[in-house]
Amino acid sequence: MLNYRKVYLDHNSTTPIHPEVRKAMIAAMNTFGNPSSLHEFGRVARSLVEKSREKLALFVGADPKEIVFMGSGSEANNTVLNLFSCAGFRKCEVLGCSLAKKEVITTRIEHPCVLESAACLAERGVVVHSIGVDQYGKINLEEFKKRLSGDTGLVSIMAANNEIGTIQDIKELVKIAHGKGALFHTDAVQAIGKFPMNVKDLDVDYLSLSGHKIYGPKGVGALYVKKGVQFCPFICGGHQEHGRRAGTENTLGIVGLAKAIEMREKEMADEYERMFKLKKLLKQGIEENIPDILFNGHPIESLASTLNVSFLGAEGEAILLYLDLEGIAVSTGSACASSSLDPSHVLMATGISQEQAHGSIRMSMGRETTKKDINYVIKKLTKVIKHVRDISTVVSGEKHG
Amino acid sequence: MDSINWLYTDKVKDHFMHPRNVLMDESGFEADAKGIIGNIKCGDEMLIFIKVDKEKEIITDCKWKTFGCASAIASTSVLSEMAIGKTLEEAYKITSHDIAKALGSLPEHKIHCSVLGDKALRAAIDDYYMRHGMDDKVKKEKEHIICQCLGITDKEIENAVLEGARTYIELQEHTKIGTVCGKCKEKSLELMQQYMEKYFKK
Repeated sequence: MLNYRKVYLDHNSTTPIHPEVRKAMIAAMNTFGNPSSLHEFGRVARSLVEKSREKLALFVGADPKEIVFMGSGSEANNTVLNLFSCAGFRKCEVLGCSLAKKEVITTRIEHPCVLESAACLAERGVVVHSIGVDQYGKINLEEFKKRLSGDTGLVSIMAANNEIGTIQDIKELVKIAHGKGALFHTDAVQAIGKFPMNVKDLDVDYLSLSGHKIYGPKGVGALYVKKGVQFCPFICGGHQEHGRRAGTENTLGIVGLAKAIEMREKEMADEYERMFKLKKLLKQGIEENIPDILFNGHPIESLASTLNVSFLGAEGEAILLYLDLEGIAVSTGSACASSSLDPSHVLMATGISQEQAHGSIRMSMGRETTKKDINYVIKKLTKVIKHVRDISTVVSGEKHG
Repeated sequence: MDSINWLYTDKVKDHFMHPRNVLMDESGFEADAKGIIGNIKCGDEMLIFIKVDKEKEIITDCKWKTFGCASAIASTSVLSEMAIGKTLEEAYKITSHDIAKALGSLPEHKIHCSVLGDKALRAAIDDYYMRHGMDDKVKKEKEHIICQCLGITDKEIENAVLEGARTYIELQEHTKIGTVCGKCKEKSLELMQQYMEKYFKK
């Protein structure tokens, strides 16, 4: 086995560009025309944008008209949450807008871009309910049903969690929400391209996705908006995207996103099997070699490429940086790694102790991850954890404390 | 990757990669005193053991254990080097600023790691004084720890007020209090109010 190799296990953070995406983007590099221009330069660009829209729509089971390109997954999420900012505060010309209601439901494990947007709404007088999760990160169904009422305008629940990988039963949740007349948004940034998601089957009203989590470029995302549901642009002042998102279309990014989607369609099924096996290997390797560990997230209903584990008595940032010196890239939910000095809100929501959150490491694999990589990681991780624990007060701390 | 800027200074990286004076074999090390500060819940815990020349009151050895991030590990490591060879009185005066300086520098949100280091060392020195009948030299006993995470005392809040801290944020800038779990906020605001009234009200 090689003594040193580079292993990137942070795909939930971002992914490398797929070689095919790279090719498609380079080919489109000189298509500089403004897609809104009527001349040939513009029409060529427009054609690329619209072909991309069709590919994306086909992949998620939507009509192309229901796809709005955006600058990122965060922008897509912000857009949906901000649909609510007008509720009751300005005269809306849309009669009977179901968003003119008082309440929003979301969960405690959403991405910060949803949580912060929701907090902003709360400051403006919207009632925001944050539903808790169980120890595996599955949302508390009873609490959800209890909070849901005729006053609920919007429910926003992520499809798969970025930190622990737990997958929610979106289809079931949508049924319940629709039963009370609420619209449903899902942040599918981590889910899209990892397992099949069809907007018609799920019956969601809005769905967010991002390019750079699926081997596409950064700076591009998309929002599915079901035909007929309320929509107000977040970025105003242009007719682009049928008036739903102002700003000249990012042709190059959009082409890259569509190519990434196309490649997902081809590779997703086989890759899922491979990821599943690699995760099993990684999990077993950790269990067999490292004592005092705790796996976070759902044991079954979880992303096949994501493994989150807490190493008791070892601090996450130290583990991350020692692994980095070995060429291995991971991420941590430890407070020490965040400038806010707060441990991961997702891990805390699952009810684990602060100590466990401080010692958490997330490993997220991708299409280029190999069995050799995983064996290398198991070997180095075992060494690093032993070292960090040797330095740590945890054993002696109890004795002397 | 080495050519790309690391998160911290080269000095931090060196101490992180090659920590000095870690106590690996506890049974083989007979310390004269020990000090512990912080707790795992807050993300940092440091334990310092010292050996002291009784005649000269000089620290002859300093070993440690740390649960914490890279800068916490590097802070304790560099501190152990700084403490060895110093008299108890000199070592007592090592400040978090001295530790950060010895490491080159630390990012703003990592300053509290060095704050913990000097406190752990002082706790060890106090422990030595207590064990050797020099209770009069113990300064900590007269103070009360308000911020459990960082071991910040009422005396430090008093000093911060005297140094000009008037708001909670200013108090945090002076002491780093409440920057970990934040549970002490109410109590420290109360104390701040008291000291402000004591010193600055007519």
